[in-house]
Amino acid sequence: MAQAVAPSKGMTFGEAGSALAFAGLALLSIIIAAKAYTPEYAFHAYLFAAASVASVFAIVNRYYERPAQLPPQTIGGKPNYNMGPVKFATIASVIWGVAGFTIGLLIALQLAFPALNFDTSWLSFGRMRPLHTSAVIFAFGGNVLIASSFYVVQRTCRARMVGDIAPWFVVLGYNFFIVIAGTGYLLGITQGKEYAEPEWYADLWLTIVWVAYLLVFLGTIMRRKEPHIYVANWFYLAFILTIAVLHLGNNATIPVSIFSPKSYIVWSGVQDALVQWWYGHNAVGFFLTAGFLAIMYYFIPKRAERPVYSYRLSIIHFWSLIFMYIWAGPHHLHYTALPDWAQTLGMVFSVMLWMPSWGGMINGLMTLSGAWDKLRTDPVLRLMVVSVAFYGMSTFEGPLMSVKAVNSLSHYTDWTIGHVHSGALGWVAYVSFGAIYCLVPWLWNKKELYSMKAVSWHFWISTLGIVLYISSMWVAGILQGLMWRAYTGLGFLEYSFIETVEAMHPFYVIRALGGALFVAGSLIMAWNVWKTISAGQEAEELSHATQPALIAAE
Amino acid sequence: MSFWSRHKIFETNSIILVLGVLIVISIGGLVEIVPLFYLKSTIEKVEGVRPYTPLELAGRNIYVREGCYNCHSQMVRPLRDEVERYGHYSLAAESMYDRPFQWGSKRTGPDLARLGNKYSDDWHRDHLKDPRAVVPGSIMPSYPWLEQNELDAKAIAQDLKVQATLGVPYSEDMLKKAESDIRTQANADDPNTTDLAQRYPNAQSRNFDGNPQKVTEADALIAYLQMLGTQVDFKLYDNKANVR
Repeated sequence: MAQAVAPSKGMTFGEAGSALAFAGLALLSIIIAAKAYTPEYAFHAYLFAAASVASVFAIVNRYYERPAQLPPQTIGGKPNYNMGPVKFATIASVIWGVAGFTIGLLIALQLAFPALNFDTSWLSFGRMRPLHTSAVIFAFGGNVLIASSFYVVQRTCRARMVGDIAPWFVVLGYNFFIVIAGTGYLLGITQGKEYAEPEWYADLWLTIVWVAYLLVFLGTIMRRKEPHIYVANWFYLAFILTIAVLHLGNNATIPVSIFSPKSYIVWSGVQDALVQWWYGHNAVGFFLTAGFLAIMYYFIPKRAERPVYSYRLSIIHFWSLIFMYIWAGPHHLHYTALPDWAQTLGMVFSVMLWMPSWGGMINGLMTLSGAWDKLRTDPVLRLMVVSVAFYGMSTFEGPLMSVKAVNSLSHYTDWTIGHVHSGALGWVAYVSFGAIYCLVPWLWNKKELYSMKAVSWHFWISTLGIVLYISSMWVAGILQGLMWRAYTGLGFLEYSFIETVEAMHPFYVIRALGGALFVAGSLIMAWNVWKTISAGQEAEELSHATQPALIAAE
Repeated sequence: MSFWSRHKIFETNSIILVLGVLIVISIGGLVEIVPLFYLKSTIEKVEGVRPYTPLELAGRNIYVREGCYNCHSQMVRPLRDEVERYGHYSLAAESMYDRPFQWGSKRTGPDLARLGNKYSDDWHRDHLKDPRAVVPGSIMPSYPWLEQNELDAKAIAQDLKVQATLGVPYSEDMLKKAESDIRTQANADDPNTTDLAQRYPNAQSRNFDGNPQKVTEADALIAYLQMLGTQVDFKLYDNKANVR
């Protein structure tokens, strides 16, 4: 009787506990839905209920399907990596990326042709713009960060990810947060704080997911077989920790009722402004910089097959970057009612921040030492190296714009939009594309991507798009800033506001063209990823078996 | 032991790395944010700034809902052209009851900090319904649903109560009359308008959207837009009184 000797099968604490927790959440959601003040909020409560019921079902079903024993930590002496959640987040990032870029194209067209708002509430610019920013930053960028961090932490620690259900909870829970946030904007549920629009209940949910993320990540580091924690993991850890702190600080709200989607922030006016930009600038600093620098520190050395240029530089880079970034927030509030001393501090630290930023750029670029020829032959490496170059450019432009005299011209104009996109398209998206192009063959055990030629096309089409985007916004921003402050010979303001709006039209059209090219590039990537998974040539053995030479030779 | 090898302690102990990161990232935020709560010079002493009336607050919440802050700032900087274009530069005190603040970061459209009383109610109603009907070159979306949707303000007293908990000086009387104050302010002929103006000095009561049938979202939003930047009388404001 084979079954008699098999170990007895029982639900783990995690399975039983999470199934119970989800059952409780389902019940609570149904009660809230029944008594919700608005139909929009009831819709969200039903979504929570449906997702909770589906979770309970999935957990129980998985329990009956799985063998009695949980997957082993190692197989044949090699770590038994848990790549399922990584695969999910990788695919999600491609889909969200295409969606987020497309919404960006739509709102760019709305600014050129306002009829495209269609006189419809959920399609209007004011609701679509947060949808665009959240879709690209948190949905696309966030999934790239979760996928790459879960991949890198396992590889560099030579350990299977901690937790059985927890990694899936992080990935699925995070994407559910995206759905709640995005549908909320369309329905008019927003806190009205830039890049922190989701309301209190979405924020609470994200807090739970984020704590699970931290625990899985940190637990895996603690389980490591390597004595040292690799530099990419410092950056991932700083990103996860700091985003948690920022999220809690900037979303400290009191809901009107548990049955209402509306809440009021505990900070007000000038204090709320600084808390917001302490959050907002460090969402750039830690979500869009530290997290993606971690990608740079793993994927560029890996792809170039060279060690990181300088170990010492990476230590200086890490500590000085995370120390200085936190101070830079007030540069978003120059010449406002924020006290001058805070503005000056913000400006000084923003200018100083140039140095650690370029230290990191040098460390990334010089990793190519002895392998520069690969730029000619490997379009994936080219994407990542150009991303670091864009990082260098936008981290020079940023300190420049934080100088009060420059800011008095650039602030409130499209120059800021251009600056953000040179960072977001050139740096964040390109290094993400590079990571996705590396990850897909590694995760699905393919020899190479389906088409390297398509990667080249993706690169050149989107580079052209970025150039059109940034240059049109530079001209638009500086032009509008100068028109606002132009005086006639008699000492009157030369232009009415609407004349400065009308002057923007050609640049808005060029910007939309650039955005369309960027969307086209991302569609090529989605096709290539799809073909690689479905029709790519199988690798003979684990293509990624060798450990990268990560800590630099001194 | 060289300086560089001392870094080993962070690379080999994850908890020490976590603590190191938390300490390093806390310093800047604490130094910049905490003083704003106790330095008296942060918010000047000014006459006239009062909490929003229930109708204005409901309008403000619609302003937030529609994402107006994505294109409009509410912060006039002390620069020559801005002061001439928009009016007196903004004071911190003027947004002391703003939750969330709506200073904005982009001027796709003009600044709105001093919009109040610049245009007529009719202009606002027409402009919200179809901006290009009154400003041909405008690229603002149309908001035709605002004058159709009845204002949902059943829970407005709860909104005021939460704000009172957070320190906004809403009195018991204001909380009790919150719901009826909505109807009062949207109707110039309401017998309680004088009473309302006593609770909320300079509150303007009238039928903002021109439709006497119902209190709409346009009523609330226009009430809010018409009071923006009008609370402080800058003929009486003495900037030097706040210099220390």
